[in-house]
Amino acid sequence: MNEMIETESLRFAYPADEGGEPVFALRGVDLAIEKGSFVVVLGHNGSGKSTLAKTFNAVLLPAGGKVYVEGMDTLDESLLLAIRQRVGMVFQNPDNQIVANVVEEDVAFAPENLGVPSEDIRRRVDEALKTVGMYEFVRHAPHLLSGGQKQRIAIAGVLAMEPECIVLDEATAMLDPVGRKEVLSTVHRLNREKGITVVLITHHMNEAEEADRVIVMDDGKVAMDGAPAEVFTQVADLRHMGLTVPDTVDLLDRLRRAGVDVPLNALTVEACADAIAAEIGNLK
Amino acid sequence: MEYQRAGDTRAGREETALETMQPILQVKNLTHTYGVGTPFQRSAVENLSFDVQAGEFLGIIGHTGSGKSTLIQHLNGLLRPTSGQVLLNGRDIWAEPKKIRDVRFQVGLVFQYPEYQLFEETVYKDISFGPANQGKTGAELDRAVREAARLAGIRDEQLMKSPFELSGGQKRRVALAGVLAMEPEVLVLDEPTAGLDPAGRENLMANIRDFHRNRRTTVILVSHSMDEVARNVDRILVLKSAHVLMSGTPAEVFAQADALMAAGLDVPQVTRVAMALKARGLDVDPAVYTVEDLERQLLALRKGGAPC
Repeated sequence: MNEMIETESLRFAYPADEGGEPVFALRGVDLAIEKGSFVVVLGHNGSGKSTLAKTFNAVLLPAGGKVYVEGMDTLDESLLLAIRQRVGMVFQNPDNQIVANVVEEDVAFAPENLGVPSEDIRRRVDEALKTVGMYEFVRHAPHLLSGGQKQRIAIAGVLAMEPECIVLDEATAMLDPVGRKEVLSTVHRLNREKGITVVLITHHMNEAEEADRVIVMDDGKVAMDGAPAEVFTQVADLRHMGLTVPDTVDLLDRLRRAGVDVPLNALTVEACADAIAAEIGNLK
Repeated sequence: MEYQRAGDTRAGREETALETMQPILQVKNLTHTYGVGTPFQRSAVENLSFDVQAGEFLGIIGHTGSGKSTLIQHLNGLLRPTSGQVLLNGRDIWAEPKKIRDVRFQVGLVFQYPEYQLFEETVYKDISFGPANQGKTGAELDRAVREAARLAGIRDEQLMKSPFELSGGQKRRVALAGVLAMEPEVLVLDEPTAGLDPAGRENLMANIRDFHRNRRTTVILVSHSMDEVARNVDRILVLKSAHVLMSGTPAEVFAQADALMAAGLDVPQVTRVAMALKARGLDVDPAVYTVEDLERQLLALRKGGAPC
């Protein structure tokens, strides 16, 4: 079995106001997320991307259809602990997910609750903190750390459970560019070196550049699904869904419309500059 | 009583402002040290000085830990300087510590993620909390609330809803309206668009731009998005590790893109493309921050042929 997470005709509705109709946030989502992949989920506010993420470790349960984590049905309550141990979540607000007064105690929280033996907890905590580059803060108070540092502590807390998949639900949204880079390079490394499956939910298009796969959610459904270069070249469709495209694609798109023969799929700064220099340089 | 007093000082200040043309806000040699006498002792801002002119739209950028948040909490007296001064219309805001509350009405601070601070039963009541505390009542209060709601882009029919029924972006507008309703002379916004999607970001910034244009209120936008700051403000102040790294118009600041990147700031992708093109020998000005601008330059270059 090669799928980390699978959804089948997944539907979810938030409870309605009195007398109102329930609001469907997910209207039939069929996805298979391969083990070891790095998947970015994009979509505007209200597109259903965060709801989708929360069904991946049974924080939310399907109202219709199924979610399977390594083949385990999230609707089966007896599997809940096993599911949450495999899929860890990191949420948006760094201040809402830290529970202890000392960094190491915070990271130890989940393994303690899982009943991991104490010497093993020590090892896991130290390893997790080293992995996210926060070991020197092991005895610090979390509230004195920056947002990016707090998010890395939250990631360490998830790592201490030794999960197979990490879902980051807009975990970079409240961070500055440096904090965002810290978190992104940390999860990229976990993906590359430890083979951990990463599902990154974000508004930031540039975070998707290095992903294996980009999924765009719109109105509770999967609107696009493919490699970054395939998705980002659909400029008009993305804009129509309230999303922007990277500056590189925007620039290439404008130049093409002005009659300059450049490819649209030069996503990175270097590739984009090469493509433009080749074309405009030629006219010299 | 409270409101009367605020009114008196306002009239007084206008005279002084006319006489001397002084900046609305002056930060002088401001230092703030956290945890004095503990192993965590650290100065978040150190000997910082700058002025803000009345009616200006100022952007303050810097990465986390650069001192932005500490700095802005001094502007309305939430934090007291360890040393140095903050002057509002020429007066030290701590001259009479008991009147610091008046300063908070004059300098409105919209925190990061203000939607977490909503608490009232209806949007209307939430927006009226500040102005009611200022002493506004009856028709005056109603006018302030409705006008602030309109400026923040809240529709009339949303006023009687519970703020908790609204979406994240709408909640943020309610929190913004709550500060606008106090009719501050200086509006300070800490990361107003963080966490919103691209369309939500642009809508909210359009509201803030309109507010600034129509009211001529001084606005200070704190952000770590160079992009957003560059597109909106008159002048940028770049902070780095408790100090001012540079200040100037967006074009002046972007002309030093290398220094910005060295300071851990993310320059817009289009600026990096322009720098990469320059490095490839194309005659472009790398101090661009909009795609339109670079497109124009490249098309001109194509038409005009090689400059060399």
